[in-house]
Amino acid sequence: MSLLTPELLANIGRESEPKREIVTRRDIRKYAIATNNPQRKYLDGDEAPPMFHVPLFWDVVELEQLSPDGVSIDPLLPKFPLHRDMAGGLEIEYLNPIHPGDWLTSTRTLTDIYEKKGRSGPLIFYEVIMEIHNDDDELVIREKMTRILR
Amino acid sequence: MNVAVGDALPEQFHTPDNVQLMLYNAALWNGHRIHFDEPYAKEVEGYPGLVIAGPLLGDWLNQVVELWLGESGRLTKIEYSNRAASYIGETLTAGGNVTAVEGNTITIEVYIKNEDGDVIAPCVATAEIIA
Repeated sequence: MSLLTPELLANIGRESEPKREIVTRRDIRKYAIATNNPQRKYLDGDEAPPMFHVPLFWDVVELEQLSPDGVSIDPLLPKFPLHRDMAGGLEIEYLNPIHPGDWLTSTRTLTDIYEKKGRSGPLIFYEVIMEIHNDDDELVIREKMTRILR
Repeated sequence: MNVAVGDALPEQFHTPDNVQLMLYNAALWNGHRIHFDEPYAKEVEGYPGLVIAGPLLGDWLNQVVELWLGESGRLTKIEYSNRAASYIGETLTAGGNVTAVEGNTITIEVYIKNEDGDVIAPCVATAEIIA
């Protein structure tokens, strides 16, 4: 029997409220240092390295909104029958560079939910597409995230 | 930049410690205990140690391509998956090989390997040669 009820699948297509964030040199520097990036332009914060959008748009939630394991609940997601959430993968298109001072706006859409049989039981996969635009309305990054619940 | 199918990217090595993993997750605002609370990671989630964050491996895949390209090319797309977990104390290797060259567009198969040589994060990257 499938874990995916019609009610659950009806959430495909759900969109988040747009989020708007400013890129700062300080945040770029912290990210470049924490990822061991050796390139000076990133360590100095002159330009954002690839994947800088990951920290920029990670949900900043208040402490009481974190579950006991320290994870924030993604408001875009429905309540799934499986709970242990694992990184699946990312597909990222880099269309325009990011610099300090840029204001970026992201919109996320839940684009798919599907089930697979894993070695130790059923797995639920879900996909979220995030599109990031700058204030000139140019698409800067398009990302498809896949995550796995077991 | 002269690129041919089969060219190997210089490998990069990463041995993250607790401090680096903490700073990385702090930069994200990621409070997941499996990355800093060792008793929790082991006893509750059943991991052998502190789990290196999945997107940190993703970042190293981007880095190994960008370092090889230098100013001669631009990374335009990357696609990877996290196949297996890795833990603090391990040394991970990032590398790759060129699999296709079409005009200015090159395709690279990139990887993160653990110390056993298993590919724990397979990846395909696309880049444009600009010089």
